[in-house]
Order: sequence, then structure tokens, then C-alpha cells
Amino acid sequence: MAEKFFFLMFAVVAVGSALAVISLKNPVHSALSLIACLLQVAAIFVLLRSPFLAVVQVFIYVGAVMVLFLFVVLVLNIKKAQLETFPKGRRWFAYAIVPVVGIEFLAVIFGKSFTATGYEAAVEEVKVATLGRALFTEYLFPFEVVSILLLAAMVGAIIMAKKRWD
Amino acid sequence: MLLSYLPVLMMIGFVTFLGVAVLFVSSLLRPQNPYGSKLSPWECGMEPVGDADIGHFRVHFFIIAILFIIFDVETLFLFPWAVILADKSISTLAFIEMFIFIGILAVGLIYAWGKGALDWL
Amino acid sequence: MIFTIKDLLSIIPELIIAGSACVLLLVDLLISKERKACMAVLSILSVIAAGVASYWLLGADFMGAKSFAGMFELDGFSTFFKFVFYTATVLSILLSFHYVKEEDINLGEYYVLMLFSLSGMMVLASGADLLSIYVGLELMSLPIYVLAGFLQNDVRSNEGAMKYVILGAFSSGILLYGISMVYGLTGTTELSGVAAALSDSSVHVPALSIAIVMMVAGFAFKVAGVPFHMWAPDAYEGAPTPITGFMSAGPKAAAFAVMLRVFMEGLQPAYEQWMVMVGVVAVASMAYGNFVAISQKNIKRMLAYSSIGHAGYALLGVMAGTEEGIASVMFYMAVYVFMNLGAFGIIIMMRKGGQRGELIEEYTGLARSHRGVALLMLIFLFSLAGIPPTAGFMGKFYIFMALIHRGMVGLAIFAVLMSAVAAYFYIRIVMLMYMREPAGEFEFARSKGIYYALFITTVGTVLLGICPGYLVKLAEMASVIM
Repeated sequence: MAEKFFFLMFAVVAVGSALAVISLKNPVHSALSLIACLLQVAAIFVLLRSPFLAVVQVFIYVGAVMVLFLFVVLVLNIKKAQLETFPKGRRWFAYAIVPVVGIEFLAVIFGKSFTATGYEAAVEEVKVATLGRALFTEYLFPFEVVSILLLAAMVGAIIMAKKRWD
Repeated sequence: MLLSYLPVLMMIGFVTFLGVAVLFVSSLLRPQNPYGSKLSPWECGMEPVGDADIGHFRVHFFIIAILFIIFDVETLFLFPWAVILADKSISTLAFIEMFIFIGILAVGLIYAWGKGALDWL
Repeated sequence: MIFTIKDLLSIIPELIIAGSACVLLLVDLLISKERKACMAVLSILSVIAAGVASYWLLGADFMGAKSFAGMFELDGFSTFFKFVFYTATVLSILLSFHYVKEEDINLGEYYVLMLFSLSGMMVLASGADLLSIYVGLELMSLPIYVLAGFLQNDVRSNEGAMKYVILGAFSSGILLYGISMVYGLTGTTELSGVAAALSDSSVHVPALSIAIVMMVAGFAFKVAGVPFHMWAPDAYEGAPTPITGFMSAGPKAAAFAVMLRVFMEGLQPAYEQWMVMVGVVAVASMAYGNFVAISQKNIKRMLAYSSIGHAGYALLGVMAGTEEGIASVMFYMAVYVFMNLGAFGIIIMMRKGGQRGELIEEYTGLARSHRGVALLMLIFLFSLAGIPPTAGFMGKFYIFMALIHRGMVGLAIFAVLMSAVAAYFYIRIVMLMYMREPAGEFEFARSKGIYYALFITTVGTVLLGICPGYLVKLAEMASVIM
């Protein structure tokens, strides 16, 4: 019961701040709302007994990705961006597509199609040690590929910006 | 079990409340008297030219931010690794695996260093 | 679970490529700008070393086994595709030698990023688990995004790379969403496990259809199938030409490899569902790509649309859903590497000084003064159009045969009609080269790398057209993935 209350609280704030992200005119305000939204999602992860994912959410999204977002906002011409939020003429498209997608998702969620395999939600907290064991035994190969991926990303980022500050 | 997170939530709630409350109370108490020359940016007594918020941003900051993200992701993998190191059955293996991971990223660090991406000026 | 030495041995080619990419990255710091060509030579050598390792592994007793807890599969299918990637990479590097100097992008990272991308493709072709497939996909795409925007002073290059990276990230997200739904429905990410879970028809719920739609959409982005092709023309036009060739040969083949693996191995029990979606994308790609290519003035852009069309043909092979279909796609991809990189080789040769070699008009009257070059271009264009006796014809032929054996005669007829449309814009260039007087003098980039690359691609295009039997047999042997 209490859990449901907390879930609703986080969910409502998350949806509200997500709406703020797309409706606020100032990109900096949007970015800050996004931080609020991501923090709520982290809290929901805790409710789902996945504390590691919550940490990931705060670490990567709130910490690192948002820094980049704000950097982009700084590089952008804010005043110009304020004027051109969303092209007015194209809005009907968004208005048309949102209800369709929404109904589709509701139909799928309430249409019992997700419960076909009968998985039950984890009651036990997913221990970080369990994750670690899976990561370093079963999922070792993708894990090591990720390091190459990060290296490639690093090289790419440096080479993209390199010439310009030479 | 979830209750152990409650203090965190209360802390966040309290901090948010305090922040909003301080701003609100001070807005009630402070004198409000804005006028043109007080709101204008101070530029050595000259009229401000152009905008301050565009075009003065070095790409260098971007490199630093990207490097930060990449090493941030790396640190994240260290959490589950550190937890299982106590497990004798896989600790040696995990130790080697993580050092390969760190070694590959160290190549990137050396590269960034050699390219001068870490130089500030 | 402790890993055995066999696990490590089975990824030797990947280790060679990724390892040499890391080493070359550091070596590059020590090499002066005038001597970057030795980076290219070292890259080619490491690809050849990986090729030797792959060949050696063909005889290993753990061939066909999975390693790393079912994450990685070393089999004939992946090895076939790996050789396609090796060929595409070596040819692209050979074509780059001169080009990078001409465009002043002579940086060692250029080759290192190509090797990173190659290692991603190899992981992708061998991925037996949706997780390693996803990571491989990202590893393949990320360096390509950077390479597409390598011409920093060219607005088109920046624009193309920007579109590519945004749409690519978007498509990865969609794909990942599909993967997560499949995981939610089947409880596993391992392809064989997914297939086992899906053979129980109670899992065939609407959510599965949504998952499949998302996976088809995600992969269609990577192969540039309509309606997920929007990035392709701009990215192809803007990217450095050798990279355009690389993009259209390597990553495209890798995307087809993974598509075959995922759909034929993992989602085989849901064939009826994905077959329709893949078919729609295939038909749309053939129609859109070939018709829009007609009106293009820039040859790189035209080849981008033509590659959308070619993706359509290959998707038909995927759609057939038989081993014959798989083999035909594999053969098509191998052929496509030769003929497409050959055509790009000629375009790169035409890039010299002020002559960009990108407008179709620039090829007017080429045959009058330079018979040899025009003849090579003629071979590649005929092959792309699918005119016998070139390799392109054989590639299309096997796909159509696979379709007909599957009873999809209507689709085969449609595909033949679309090839007729395609022939129009390829032959238009041939007409320009042979039937008109040149407007001015031609200049050519003369470099050994281009000569070698053109030699290999010409031999490949002609030889596979005249006697395709050996490669087809190899593809048929390797097509057992179900």
C-alpha cells in the first residue's frame, strides 16, 4: 500500500517533469526538468528492487549525460532556440500520433499480452553481487567488447573536436 | 528492506523544501526595486556589445565532458566487480578481466594524453 | 563457470583486429604526418593476419561451437561474412591511400576507426546472443559515424554525419526496445533459447508482434531499407568516398548477417510475422531506391539510392526464409563488395585537384580519351545493374531462384521489373561515357593502392560472374544456421 503511494508519487512527478521538458521554452529549464524526471525514474528503480539500476540512472544520466545536454545548450544560441521550439505547422502530426501510440500501449499492457509467460515480479532485491557474477562470467564477452566500444567512442570524440582547436 | 531508503527520500524532500522555503521567505523580505541600469550587464562602463551566451565556448570543454562520461561508465562497472572480489571461486578471473577492461581504456587515456586533449592551454 | 582456452582461441581474429587497433592507436602518436601511409599498410597487414587466423579456425575441432557461455558462435556462416568484411576493409583502405592526402584528412585515426568498425562487424556476425549482437552493432556503427563526418571543413560531410548519428542512435534505441520485449517474453537473450521459447505458441501474443516490428525497423535502419533510409543519401554523399564505399559494403553486409542470424535462428518460429514486415520493407526499398536514383545528379548520391535498392533485393533473400535464401544473400553481399567498391574506386580516381568526380556529368566522354577506365566503370555499372555475364547478375539470379523455389513468383517478377528500372540509371552513365564528346581534359589520381583495389574488384566482379559455382557452394555450406 505504502509502496503504491510512493510509486504514484514518483510516477506523477516523473510524468509532470517530462511534460515540462517538452513544454518549457528555455532549454536550460528543460534540461533541469529532465534531471528531475530522471531522478524520479531512479527512485522507481529502487521501488522495483534494482538499486544498481538506480545508481546507474543517477551516475550516468543525471551525472554525465545531463552535463553533455547542458553543454549542448550552452553551445546553442539559446535566444534563437527559444523562438524555434517546435515548428507550429507540424504540430498536428504530433497531436495525431500521440493518442494512437498511447492507445496502442494501453491495449498491449491491459490486453494481458505481457502476462502470457507468467513471469512474476521479483520480490527479492537484485543484489549487486548477483549482477557482478553474471557480468564477469556469463556476460564476459559483451563486457569486454564494451571496453573496445568506449575506446572507439573516446577516439571518435577526440578526433571530431581535434582539428578545430588546433 | 525498502524502508532503508526512506531516510534518503526524507533527506531529498527536506533539502528541496528548505531550498524552496529560503527563496520564498527571502522574496517576501527583500526590497524589490529593479530599474534599467541596475539590470544591465556591467561592461566597464561601455554599452554591452552582442550576446554573452553564444560563440564563446571552447570545444575543449566538450572533450573533457566526453572523457568524463567514458570514465564514469568505467567506474560504474567497478561497483559489481568490487562486490564479487570477495568470492574466491571467481575472484582471480574477475580480477584479470577487469584489468583487461581498464587496460583497454588506459590505451585511450594515453592516446588522449599524447594528442594533447588533456592540455588546458 | 571457468572459460577454457578454446573460448579464447575462437575469438583470435577479433582479438587480432581489436588488439592491432589499440596498438596502432598508440603507434600513430609516434608517426609523423608525412608517413601516415605506413598506418594503412599496418592496418592491411593486421586484417590479413585476422584472415589467416579465420582460415586456420575453419579446420579447428571447435568449429561450429559456441563460446563464452553462448555469447559467441564460431561457424561457417560467420566466417564467410568475416571474409566479406576483410575484403571490404582491405579494399577501402587501399582506396584511401591517395584520397586522404587529396582531402587533407591524412590522420592515423582514420584507419584505426576502420579497424574498430571491422571488429564490431565481426562480433556482430558471430553474435549468438542479442546482447553481444547489440554491443557489436554499436561498436560497428560508432566509428562509422565519426568517419562519415571526417571531412570537417565540408558542410555536407558534417550534415551527413549528423543525420547518420542521430537516426542511428534512434534506431539503436528502437532495436533495443524490441530486444527487451523479446527478453521479456522469452526470458532469455540467447538466440537458440529464444527460438526454443517461441516454439511454444502461447508466447505468440501481440507484444511479440510489436517486438518484431521494432527489430525489423532497427535492422532496416542499418541496411538502409525504406522507410528507414533517410540518413543514407546524405551520409553517403557527405562521407569521404572510400568511407562511403566501406559503409555500403561492410556494415551493410554485417547488418544482413545479423538479420539472418536473428530472424532465421532466433525468430524462426515467428516466420509468418516477420516475413510480411521484411517483405514490405524489401518491396518499398526496391521501388523507392531505384526510381529516386534516376533523378540524381551526384553519382555518390545515386549510388546511395542504388544501395537502398540493392538492400531491397537482399531483403527478399532474407524473406524467403530458406537455406537457399540465406546462401543467396551471402553470395549477394560478397558480390556487392566487389562491384560497389569497384565503382567507388573509379569515383576516387576521378577525384584530383579541382575535379571532384562526383557529378555524373563529369563522366561525359570518358571513353574517348581513357578507354581502360571507362571499361572498368562499364563493368562495375553493368554488374550493379545485373546484366550478365557479370557477378551482379549471378547475385540477383540466386535470390530470384530462392524466391521462386519458395513460391513467391510475384515478388520475383516485381524484383526483375525493378532491376529494369535500375538498369536505366546505370546505363545512362555508360551512355554518357561512350556516346558523348568530353567537355575537357580528365585528370586521374594515380596511386598503387587504387590500382590494386581496382584489380581485385575487377577480377572479383568478372570471375564471380563467369564461374560463381565455388563461392555459391561455400555459401550453401555455410548457410546452415537454423
